[in-house]
Amino acid sequence: MQFFGGSEINPSPQVPTASGNNAHMMYVFNRNGVCLLYKEWNRPLHTLNPQQDHKLMFGLLFSLKSLTAKMDPVNADKGNLGVPQLPGQGCSFHSFRTNTYKLSFMETPSGIKIILVTHPKTGDLRESLKYIYGLYVEYVVKNPIYNPGSPIKSELFNTALDQYVRSIS
Amino acid sequence: MAAIYSLYIINKSGGLIFYKDCGTKGRMDTNDSLRVASLWHSMHAISQQLSPVNGCSGIDLLQADTFDLHCFQSLPGTKFFVVCEPETPHMESLLRYIYELYTDYVLKNPFYEIEMPIRCELFDINLSQAVQSDRVALLGR
Repeated sequence: MQFFGGSEINPSPQVPTASGNNAHMMYVFNRNGVCLLYKEWNRPLHTLNPQQDHKLMFGLLFSLKSLTAKMDPVNADKGNLGVPQLPGQGCSFHSFRTNTYKLSFMETPSGIKIILVTHPKTGDLRESLKYIYGLYVEYVVKNPIYNPGSPIKSELFNTALDQYVRSIS
Repeated sequence: MAAIYSLYIINKSGGLIFYKDCGTKGRMDTNDSLRVASLWHSMHAISQQLSPVNGCSGIDLLQADTFDLHCFQSLPGTKFFVVCEPETPHMESLLRYIYELYTDYVLKNPFYEIEMPIRCELFDINLSQAVQSDRVALLGR
């Protein structure tokens, strides 16, 4: 449903003209719930300590995916609520919005979840998330010293990511 | 072809007090609808915890591949949420209108016990009328 058949390896999506920082924070999780990356640009309020925050975020996304798969009004055959869904199985949500923030979510077939929390008026960020996944593939996965499943410590990745996210409006 | 698939009303504690299903496929049985409602109540609360800034009042809109979910929370804490087709316009005003119907036909009903499942005929009738006229207006364009 949300998987990409693009021929270009790293197509850069149209970056609309922006004025500075719009993103609050970003998370990358793997299929086991390990937080591979957490970046913060603008977060005045910290409710919980980092470990609890990551766990809560992962748990929220897991449950929301389960909820959307169950609530899907189009597919007749759905699993029971609470059964873990494989990536790509069942209907999945791509964003939710509150009055103070908008959360955009993307899950790849390998179970990598990319989450970007931005200003509530942000548009559809699915293309941007795909581009970020492209950055992850280039700088992290193709790095021979990177140990899959461990937190990302690549400077190049961080810089490229920072540059790209700051340019999203 | 319905623009609106279903409507749920949850009380302050997260219990389902009203459920109306207009969809054809994907009908849920009672137990599942209760579970889904409670799950939504918790998710709504957790999303407030994860906000980067102060003053978050929970999820207003959830966008998925095949549907959108619009949620409205009244001041006392009753939540109204509707599952509809993606990009359906004017759902927020529909939810506010349903809230008005709720206050008129449910809360002002002297036999209705607060926080209990809604069994008010007038509410059902007016709700169906509102959804129907909405459907005609949306599809008639």
